[in-house]
Amino acid sequence: MEGGGLKTCQLELLVNGRRLRTSVEPHVTLLRFLRDEAGATDVKYGCGEGVCGACTVLLDGRTVNSCTVLAVQAGGASVETVTALSRNGELHPLQRALVERGAVQCGFCTPGMVLAALEAVRLGLAGNASELRRSLAGNLCRCTGYGKIIDAVEVYRDEEAAA
Amino acid sequence: MTAPIRERTAGIVGSELVRHDAVEKVAGRTRYAADYGLPGMLYAALKRSEYAHARLGRVDASAAQALPGVACVLMAKDVPRNAVWVDVPGQTFQVGALKARANVLAEDVVRYHGEPIALVAAESEDAALAALELIEVEYDEQPAVTDPEAALAPNAPLVHEAGNLLASWQIHEGDVDAAFAAAHTVVEDTYRTPFIDHAYLEPEAGVAWPDADGVITVRAATQVIEHFRDLAKILRLPENRVRVIAPYVGGGFGGKEDMTVEPFLALVVLRTRRPVKMVWSRSESLLARQKRHPMVLRYRTGCDGDGRLLAQDIGIVADGGAYAFLSALVLLYATTCAQGPYRCPNVRVDARVVYTNHTPCSAMRGFGAMQVALAYEGQMDRLAERLGVDPLELRRRNFLEQGDTLAVGQTLDTHVALPELADRVEAGLGSRPEPSRPGRRVGRGVACNLQPYGRCVWLNDWSSAWVGFELDGTLVVRIGVPDIGGGQASSLVQLAGDVLGIDPDRVVIHVGDSALTPLTGTTTATRQLYMSGNAVVQAAGELREQLRPLAAELLEAEADEVEFTGGGVRAGERRAEFSELVAAAARRQVAWHRLSIFRAPGGDAWRSETSWRGRVFPDFTYGCHAVDVEVDPETGQVTVLRCVAAHDVGRAINPQSVEGQIEGGVVMGLGYALAERVVYEDGVNLTGTFAQYLIPTAVEAPQIEPIVVESGEGLGPYGARGIGEPPIGPPAPAVAAALADALGARLTTLPFTPERVAEAAA
Repeated sequence: MEGGGLKTCQLELLVNGRRLRTSVEPHVTLLRFLRDEAGATDVKYGCGEGVCGACTVLLDGRTVNSCTVLAVQAGGASVETVTALSRNGELHPLQRALVERGAVQCGFCTPGMVLAALEAVRLGLAGNASELRRSLAGNLCRCTGYGKIIDAVEVYRDEEAAA
Repeated sequence: MTAPIRERTAGIVGSELVRHDAVEKVAGRTRYAADYGLPGMLYAALKRSEYAHARLGRVDASAAQALPGVACVLMAKDVPRNAVWVDVPGQTFQVGALKARANVLAEDVVRYHGEPIALVAAESEDAALAALELIEVEYDEQPAVTDPEAALAPNAPLVHEAGNLLASWQIHEGDVDAAFAAAHTVVEDTYRTPFIDHAYLEPEAGVAWPDADGVITVRAATQVIEHFRDLAKILRLPENRVRVIAPYVGGGFGGKEDMTVEPFLALVVLRTRRPVKMVWSRSESLLARQKRHPMVLRYRTGCDGDGRLLAQDIGIVADGGAYAFLSALVLLYATTCAQGPYRCPNVRVDARVVYTNHTPCSAMRGFGAMQVALAYEGQMDRLAERLGVDPLELRRRNFLEQGDTLAVGQTLDTHVALPELADRVEAGLGSRPEPSRPGRRVGRGVACNLQPYGRCVWLNDWSSAWVGFELDGTLVVRIGVPDIGGGQASSLVQLAGDVLGIDPDRVVIHVGDSALTPLTGTTTATRQLYMSGNAVVQAAGELREQLRPLAAELLEAEADEVEFTGGGVRAGERRAEFSELVAAAARRQVAWHRLSIFRAPGGDAWRSETSWRGRVFPDFTYGCHAVDVEVDPETGQVTVLRCVAAHDVGRAINPQSVEGQIEGGVVMGLGYALAERVVYEDGVNLTGTFAQYLIPTAVEAPQIEPIVVESGEGLGPYGARGIGEPPIGPPAPAVAAALADALGARLTTLPFTPERVAEAAA
């Protein structure tokens, strides 16, 4: 763990569409890289051991807990955080549904929750409320009791299906 | 009692306004404490005790100090005034101020696993962590005091030299012994509640930096910006040289009420004059952060043949952990609420909180008033069972009513909606569910509670707020409220907008800065809507009246014809925008802003050793919940199928936020009921990760139906009551009742884990 004593690795990756070319020490997690080096503070540290889901990001389109991935493992990949979802300041329809349904309280779990919910809907793992609850079991929330989050995702899912 | 402030509503209050902070949060744009950085910033970390109780021998930091990149290693001797004082009102003769003291960094003795011993600051996080490993601490391990009841025995090992009793409160009202002698039915039981953790998703974090003119600024995840005063004492600086800023906080629940990272950040700035950041790991938070008090609750309850309560004899022993913090106050809440929301003429409460070598316990949502709900509701269920009366019916016969006086001596002078809440819950429950498969059993349970809102009256609580227009007619609110996620800031925007008739989109609120926003007190004790809400309504109302004569002149109307609405003023057909009104005010030298102070009702005299009967809290919020559960008697697995949760919130300023508080409180209460516990072995905390300390996920959380009753009788703005803490109380006793209904066996020790449930079912 001693600072500066480790060989650094070259790393090239896309973060929210922005190409970064840099060097990183091999023990640095993707979470820490994103927050400290890539300015992506929308990715949250909640537990550091892959339990709470607050650090969820999309790695080449699939959700991962970025605290359990080393930055060097993301070499050549595209990483997207919740910031990537709103375009030109317009919220994504899922984000809008969460806001309108009162599903955001302290908001610390929200960036990870949004990405996990989006993936659940996209992969067809949100067919009903109980399936959706299972799909979101890796994303902890201490404020809302989850009900309004589930409601909002169902609203979004149904809107998508109707579109 | 001052009357609640009531204002004519422009229709903004009571609407499901989208919270302005929710938009930013969902987009990932909100900056929390750990998201800030400053050029040249150091990283700070703590060396913490590996033992629950030990004398400290030599602490050698020379190797750490010599590590490249290490800026400083600080120990107790480096802290200008190494003490955190907690001022405990009430029976302070029982809680010597000296006993309420904790050290910033340990001196000579460590008293709990995880107690900070040394503070490191380095150029990088890695260097700081590496330096911690190089600090050598010699421990002389002492016997750990871990059982609060045993700790009160005459020859028990001592946590502090002055004795293990931290604080005690007593109530003795009526003739308890005579009432028991005359009682038709008496039930007796002992209930036990666990340590639990706040487990907010945002770990403790902050940054600090040296500011102009010798000011040290700390921006940290906190519920209390007024800690700038405590920091000034620790640093031996004048209070005006320390500033605390609270950004949006990722959950508090009481765990960010005492200071966390603040003193350590401030000490590094004082020493190095450089910016610094500290973020606690989840493990640090779980191991060493203050917990909810476990309590042993011994209850004896007697009633007459109709089920009307005659007497309650209550003994409470709480584990306060190693340092006092807010224990004495938590115990006061437990003592005051111990009789439950039921009329009872003869009550004796003997409550004690005891030092042990566990993590210190302090504030957590419910604050002592929720542990006792398991016991007082368990007793009602036992009585109902013995008398063959429906549990809700038995409660109806005993509900407190407006005008009743609690055993503590406080008369309830606002509406008590318990009968209505019980009716609504009963109607909302519908038919009993069937077991999902053979062998499973289902059960239904109901529980009620009362929870104070607002700080205890002896503290003479006050809140200030500043409301003013800008020249373009937009509105600014400045108020020192920390927003911890409950919509504290957005509710104030809603209130200001309503009073002045301006769209909330045109209102900006600046919050949580001890230097720049008027102080409004802590975001704790379910007090912010009550206190800050009243302060904002008062300031906005006074501003409106201050501008009314000018508006009348501008509109060539009578003052009482002027309406503040739609972003301007109107009288009949004539109308002027706020920008025009402010321009007129500028010309006439009338102020277009207002700073106001709202003062909570004061209390009865309390500084007496023999009697402290009287008002303790401003008011209470009442609730009634019911749950349906399904149990697998073989495995002990409990599934909560649904929950109906009703509270009288007085007035729902934002109904969606109110529902959010109820739903979130229910699930936190269900975690308490079924799963959560901090586990110690000889004082060593074994639940230091989220894989070991389990909070409910979306799978365990049931469908919840919140029922919002609006009596209009609260002391908050527009008659609102507080709703932050109240919903956490009823779930555990409701689950206990539902399990008893399903299994025919009563569980009294929380949490009701599968092991305990299976054992009870066998």
